[in-house]
Amino acid sequence: MTDQSITSLARIAPQKAPPARGPFGLEKKVFDQIVLAIVLVGLAAWIIPNINWRFVDRYWLRYLEGILVTFQLVFLSVGIGALLSLPIALARLSKRKWLTLPARAYITFFRGTPLLAQLFLLYYGAGQFNAAFEAAGLWWFFREPFYVAVLTFTFNTAAYQAEIMRGAIQSLPAGQAEAASALGISRWPTFFKVVLPQAYIVALRPLGNELILMIKGSAIASIVTVLDLMGITSLAYARSFNFQAFFWAALLYLIAVEAVRRIWDRLERHLTRHLALSH
Amino acid sequence: MGELFGLLAFGAEGWGDELAAGAWLTVRLALTTLPFGLLLGLCIALAKESENTYLRAIGNTYTTVFRGLPELLTLFVIYNMVQLLANRIVQFVAPGSSFEISGFAAGVVALGVVFGAFSSEVFLGAIRAIPKGQGEAGRSLGLTAVQTFRLITMPQLWRLALPGLGNLWLVLIKDTSLVSVIALNDLLRQTQVAVGVTKEPFFFYLIACLIYLGFTLISTVGTNALEKRANRGFAMR
Repeated sequence: MTDQSITSLARIAPQKAPPARGPFGLEKKVFDQIVLAIVLVGLAAWIIPNINWRFVDRYWLRYLEGILVTFQLVFLSVGIGALLSLPIALARLSKRKWLTLPARAYITFFRGTPLLAQLFLLYYGAGQFNAAFEAAGLWWFFREPFYVAVLTFTFNTAAYQAEIMRGAIQSLPAGQAEAASALGISRWPTFFKVVLPQAYIVALRPLGNELILMIKGSAIASIVTVLDLMGITSLAYARSFNFQAFFWAALLYLIAVEAVRRIWDRLERHLTRHLALSH
Repeated sequence: MGELFGLLAFGAEGWGDELAAGAWLTVRLALTTLPFGLLLGLCIALAKESENTYLRAIGNTYTTVFRGLPELLTLFVIYNMVQLLANRIVQFVAPGSSFEISGFAAGVVALGVVFGAFSSEVFLGAIRAIPKGQGEAGRSLGLTAVQTFRLITMPQLWRLALPGLGNLWLVLIKDTSLVSVIALNDLLRQTQVAVGVTKEPFFFYLIACLIYLGFTLISTVGTNALEKRANRGFAMR
C-alpha cells in the first residue's frame, strides 16, 4: 500500500452507528421515553386520587418537624463522632499496646452489636443509675431520650469513622510523612498538615456513606420515643390508622438521602478538583 | 455481682433459657433470610447487568428505594403489607376465613428485601470484575447462556463477592434486632422482657450486646475461612 492510500483511508470520518430501532418503527430511545412517561403517569393516576388530603393537612407540619429532629440527630452525632474518631483511629494505629487494645475493644464492641441494643443499653441502663447521675448533676441529660440517642449514635458512628480514618491514613504512602520529617517538620504538624488532609480525601466517600447510614439508622431513635421523622410516622399511623403515614415517611427519607448523596458528590468534586481524577 | 449472674440461670428462676431461646430465634431468622436474600440480590444484579432497558430500570429503582429507606421503616411497611396482601388473597380464595401470617415469615421477607438490595450491588461489582472474555469463551465453546453463567461466571463470582457478602451478613445479624419491634421473640425482645421483670436493664442489655458480639465474632471467623477456601487456587500475595 502506498502512503497516499493510507492517508485517503484515514480521511474517511468515523461514521456514527444508526440509532437503535424499537417497536412501532420508533427510535428505541424515543420509545423508552414514552414507556417511562406512561409508567409515571400511571403511578400518579394511581397515587394522587388515593391521597387523603385530610391526613396531609393534619400532619404535614409535624412531618417537617420530624425531619428537622432527624437532621439534628444525624448532624450532631456524625459531627461529634468525627471529632471523637480521630483520637480513636490514632490509638488504634499506635504502637503502644495499652492504646491499641482499648481502641480495638471499643471499635469491635460498637461495630459488632446492633445500634438498637446499644441505645437500650445506654437509655434504660442509665435509668437504673438515676440516683448516681442525679448526684453527679447529669440526670437532666440521661433523662432526655433525644440526648441519649445523640450520645449512642455518636459512640456508634465514632467507631465506624475511626475504622474509615484508620484505613485512609494507612493507605497513604509512608514517604509523605517521611518527607515531612526530612524537612524538619515535627510530628503533630506533620499529622495535621500533611497526613490528615490527604487522608480525608481518601476517606471522603466512605464518610459520605456513613452519613447516609446514620440518616437511615437514626429512625431507631423513635423506639425510645424521640419524635424524629420515624417517630412522627408511628404516631400518625397509631392515631389515624392510615397506611399513608408510611408512604410520606418513605418519600421524605428517600428525598433526604438522595439530597445528601448529591450534595456530598458535589463536595467531593469540589475538594478533589486539583487531583483531576474524577473528570 | 453473683446475684446478677444468678439471674442468668437456666430454669424457672433465671432468664438463661429465655435469652437462649431468643438468641436461637435470632440465628434462625438470619439463616433463613440469607438464601432468600442472596437469590434476590443475584436476580437484581443480573437485571441491572441485562441488555434490556426495562429490566435495568426496575433493578436500579429497586436498589435506590430499598437502600435509601431506613430498615425500620421497610420492616414496618412490609410486615403490614404482607399481612394485608395475604389476607386479601385468602379472602379471594376462601371468603370469610381470616389468616395471620407469622411474624417470622414477615420478618424474613422484610429482611430479605433489604438484604437483596445491598447484595445486588456486591454481586454487580463482582460480575463486572470478571473479564468479559470468560463469558465469551464459554459461549464460543458452545455452552448456552445459562450453562455459561452456572459453570463459568458463578464459581468466579463467589470469590469476588465473598468479602462484601460477609459484611452484609454482619449487617443482617444486627438488623434482626429490629424485628423485636414487630412482636417477634428474638434475643432483644426476650431481653426486654427480662428487664421488665428484674429491673436490671444495664446488666441484661450488656449481656444481649455481648451475645450479638459473639455472633458477629464467630461469623467473622467463618467468613474468613470461606474466603480462604475460595482463594485456595490463587497464589498468596
